Amino acid sequence: MKELLSGNEAIARGAFEAGCRVACAYPGTPSTEILENAVNYKEINSSWAPNEKVALEVGIGASFGGARALVTMKHVGVNVAADPLFTLSYTGVNGGLVLVTADDPEMHSSQDEQDNRHYARFAKVPMLEPSDSAECKLFTQLAFELSEKYDTPVMLRTTTRISHGKSMVELAERVSDLPQPGLIRNAAKQVMLPGNARVRHPLVEQRMLQLSVDGAAMEINRQEMRDTRIGIITSGACYQYVREVLPEASTLKLGMVNPLPDGLIRQFAASVDRLLVVEELDPFIEEQVKAMGIAVSGKEYTSRCGELTPERLVKAFSLAGVMPSAPDSAPVSTSPLPKLPPRPPNMCPGCPHRGVFYSLNQLKAYVSGDIGCYTLGFMPPLSAMDTCVCMGASIGMATGLSKVISLEEQKQVVAVIGDSTFLHTGINGLMDMVFNQAPATVIILDNRITAMTGRQDNPASGFTLMGDPTNAVNFPDLCRALGVKHVRTVNPYNLEETRAAIHEEMNRPEPSVIITNKPCVLVKREGVFQRAEALCVDTDRCASCRACLRIGCPAIEWRQAEGEKGKAYIDPSLCTGCDLCRQLCKFDAIGRQK
Amino acid sequence: MKDRITNVLLVGVGGQGILLASEILSETAMLAGYEVKKSEIHGMSQRGGSVVSHVRFGKQVFSPIVPEGEGDILFGFELMETCRCLPLLRQGAVVIANNLRILPPAVLMGQEKYPENLDVHMQSLFPEFTLIDCQKVAEESGNIRTANIVMLGAVSRRLDIAESFWLKAVEKMVPSKAVEVNLKAFLKGRSL
Repeated sequence: MKELLSGNEAIARGAFEAGCRVACAYPGTPSTEILENAVNYKEINSSWAPNEKVALEVGIGASFGGARALVTMKHVGVNVAADPLFTLSYTGVNGGLVLVTADDPEMHSSQDEQDNRHYARFAKVPMLEPSDSAECKLFTQLAFELSEKYDTPVMLRTTTRISHGKSMVELAERVSDLPQPGLIRNAAKQVMLPGNARVRHPLVEQRMLQLSVDGAAMEINRQEMRDTRIGIITSGACYQYVREVLPEASTLKLGMVNPLPDGLIRQFAASVDRLLVVEELDPFIEEQVKAMGIAVSGKEYTSRCGELTPERLVKAFSLAGVMPSAPDSAPVSTSPLPKLPPRPPNMCPGCPHRGVFYSLNQLKAYVSGDIGCYTLGFMPPLSAMDTCVCMGASIGMATGLSKVISLEEQKQVVAVIGDSTFLHTGINGLMDMVFNQAPATVIILDNRITAMTGRQDNPASGFTLMGDPTNAVNFPDLCRALGVKHVRTVNPYNLEETRAAIHEEMNRPEPSVIITNKPCVLVKREGVFQRAEALCVDTDRCASCRACLRIGCPAIEWRQAEGEKGKAYIDPSLCTGCDLCRQLCKFDAIGRQK
Repeated sequence: MKDRITNVLLVGVGGQGILLASEILSETAMLAGYEVKKSEIHGMSQRGGSVVSHVRFGKQVFSPIVPEGEGDILFGFELMETCRCLPLLRQGAVVIANNLRILPPAVLMGQEKYPENLDVHMQSLFPEFTLIDCQKVAEESGNIRTANIVMLGAVSRRLDIAESFWLKAVEKMVPSKAVEVNLKAFLKGRSL
């Protein structure tokens, strides 16, 4: 049976068919849907971990117990999971362990576009790279087999176009002849003290050499001989673009990008007149081919920045002189069209973060921001974010900044972090802030969900990925246990209360935490978010002062007829009745529908 | 069956049901025996940003992205977003636009104007331009939330795939409780 699946759905399916028993992840675009699909297979125990490091450790535990385990994350998540990954490379596995890294060239939803192929080489583990959904399924299954055969974790690298693209996949049954998991005691392999690790390291080197040799015979590394004047080494999404743009060229399609199959590359290079590498981001393959003493080019023609597309590849091939410079169909001229205003993402109508950022802006706070929907607090008109680096960084950075500025400036520093991000890697930062007595203020925006990636549960939401009720972390108790003396909870829909609380804590020369307590408006679980009656504008009272526009709510529109004063209008289909705009109106022009 | 690849673009604003419409289109093409690939970016776009979905089908398809200047059919769920995608189209492409304006932040704030007469511009560039009011048709068929399916119906008439495949795909992909209203919306759209 064939189905149209996204790369993420196909990876979940591949894990299911491969007999995977445990799947664990921290959500992150473009990887999130793998676990959201894995949970539909009742044979797989699927869970969200608080962060990627814990997710990998859960996977390692399951693998040591002899079960096949899948761990997934976005590219930057591997930075967090790198510590266990590098030593897992030495211990190897009992049950197969597959680590998916979903990279994001072009940074469609990320803060950087690091090329995680380097991680495979750095940690000395094999990496497979599928080029469509059928390969996502097949390579996931193969990754489990290679993991057990070579006693190594295997990384599966996708990119956004592969993760979110859909193509056709043939489905099969789940394997049923895998050994039963249990306690496996093997200290020499599983206890990485120096003495044991010294024995393991040579095995790692040997394994990688063997994989490079065996790679020549792997079906996923495939020479496709066509016109031999041009030979192109490529992998992943780039393979599809090469086939689209230069269908007659010979290709060496690499399914395994680490280690590279040296012998096969030499053979392919010898059978073509001119050798090119087409790869996104870094010259990962190209540099290694050059190091083999083979004449090859690549990054002279394609950028190290951003993703490749068919049209970017046409330009590259024209530059390389392997195809004519003018494409057949020029885009239709759009010159008569007017300039189109941009459409950036925005906080939803009724978002509980809006009032906090409005207040921070009013108080001229220096906001040490973090990663989540609330990073949009950066956008005008809220314009209340000064830094944002990585998950959980807001608090540590606020501490560091406080060490180098004047007492007066210290009062302005506020770290803002969401519930899920705080639990991910913010707790350590807060512990340090208390430990080292930095006087900054921390605001935890607790909206009861991991919102940005599409509403996943987390340790504070009270439910597991599999839908079971569970403990919900109590933030005030947690912060007090870390030693914060001043912890308070505010209703972010009450502007005066929010502003006053932030103002008071900013002026306190000690660490303090403010927690907001309203849920994300998109949470669908019953009884969590309650929509109130929509508000409307009394146009007779509206004094055209535009104060209500300053919160940047998508439900509020400025309507101005020719030659008249503008008035605010509230779209009742978008308004959640959150009441923020009413509190801003000095003329009492905003109220409930009559 | 045609050998040539058909390149379809679906564009609009996050939350308009574009992804579902592109899923149904892809499913239909697969049922009709074509190889199908589909690509879109979601993530930040869910927060009211632009959404573009690419669907390509034919005997054999490599790239999931429609190459610039090769789009055959554009269906736009929002006027300005429809315009934004015109550079992806070939000469003489079919453009179907929903007569709906969703105001971006700068326009809501009164800092910029929503461009006027976009339909006239599009008509002048693409003779095969059709403007339809999906919301109105959806309301008439019983549920305004089926506007995306009305649009899909309108597009279906311009693609060479038998009606039975479309109906089968709609039935499979929409929530089971809403099959009837969606089929009705689809057929209404198909008559436009």
